[in-house]
Amino acid sequence: MSDAPFVARDRAWHPPALSPAYRTSVSRSPRHAPISFPQTLSETTGPVFGHDLPGPRDNDLIHNFAAPGAAAIGPRIIVHGRVTEETGRPVPGALLEVWQANAGGRYRHRKEGYIAPLDPNFGGCGRVITDADGAYHLRTVQPGAYPWPNGGNDWRPAHIHFSVFGSGFGQRLITQMYFEGDPLIWRCPILQAIPSEAAVKTLIATLDMRASVPMDCLAYRFDIVLRGRRQTLFENRMEGG
Amino acid sequence: MSGAADRPADLKESPSQTAGPYVHIGCLPNHAGLGGPWAEDLGARPFADDAPGTRVVVTGCLLDGTGTPLRDAMVEIWQADAAGRYAGGGAAGFARRASDAETGLWRLETIKPGAVPGPDGRIQAPHLTLWIVARGINLGLHTRMYFPDETAANAADPVLGRIEQTARARTLVAEARGDGVYHFDIHLQGEKETVFFDV
Ligand SMILES: [Fe+2]
Repeated sequence: MSDAPFVARDRAWHPPALSPAYRTSVSRSPRHAPISFPQTLSETTGPVFGHDLPGPRDNDLIHNFAAPGAAAIGPRIIVHGRVTEETGRPVPGALLEVWQANAGGRYRHRKEGYIAPLDPNFGGCGRVITDADGAYHLRTVQPGAYPWPNGGNDWRPAHIHFSVFGSGFGQRLITQMYFEGDPLIWRCPILQAIPSEAAVKTLIATLDMRASVPMDCLAYRFDIVLRGRRQTLFENRMEGG
Repeated sequence: MSGAADRPADLKESPSQTAGPYVHIGCLPNHAGLGGPWAEDLGARPFADDAPGTRVVVTGCLLDGTGTPLRDAMVEIWQADAAGRYAGGGAAGFARRASDAETGLWRLETIKPGAVPGPDGRIQAPHLTLWIVARGINLGLHTRMYFPDETAANAADPVLGRIEQTARARTLVAEARGDGVYHFDIHLQGEKETVFFDV
């Protein structure tokens, strides 16, 4: 595993810390500029989780909290894709953790009070590790949109939260996946905090009929990109010569 | 759309989105009370019980610009072992904690890391690297915690040395509470705003 430093993060591509239309960011956004320094082992290394970490049903949210013989309610979908670095190099062994609301838009959480009912057979979380090509797949139910206290009538577009570990702590990323065609995408203050439309579109999963299973489930494709490591061409040549 | 196959991929990092109010469901499901299939949450114990080193306890709170503790945050810790080595190919030295739902406090039992090699042959003072996510935080925040009883090592630390305003550098040094307990408050905003890094 390489300990080469990561390419500098393009912070203008990410949503700024202070995004006033997302009201909670107002009191939780640092006001000083972050300080940069040459990366050290503390940033270029990170925890590595083995392929034996996820259990056999960890990537199947339809069943991983369901009673024996039961299944979660909602539109059945496969979510799949690849994790690569910005260079296009696949990231094998990346741990992805996902969480989401149920098909009615309700999270299983003690502080969640939305009137949509809980599904006794749906927990709403799972995890998967990417294979040698950086590929992953999950099975779940399509989450519902839900209202949230921000403006007077804000609704989150349907989404799945993704937490991603690459090969170094400096790559650590949490993001959200959205669904192609959802009109709420363009009304969401959290999503619209991302400065460019091009960046927003990279978080929208596309319907993928080829990966769907007839008479069983639809499929959506969602690729994830992590920061790339710098190439150390000069040092390689020194060693080679 | 032409030429994509001719040149190496030039992709952009996936844009970050807030972890939201329910990050504990996905990352600390046992803590969140979901029950479910897992014996314990990821990062529950940073080191094996028999790992060598000095046992320490780190506690802390995250405070917003009004001084109110965050009670829905997640803190991740990445640290070297007592000899200053990072796990190669494993997860030793990684921990995850949730802000308490009532008080906002988090608490970590770990071992004190050793000094870690830095750039240009310099040595970094013992430190924990922290990554913080929560509702209202659009991009995870990187910071570090240093130990107050390492005055000489801290003074020579290359990262602390990057911080021009020395008063701000002090925001990265924990408070000793005796018996191996260190307390580290992180202020997201305000006069005592903690130094965050663009790593
Ligand atoms: Fe959500």
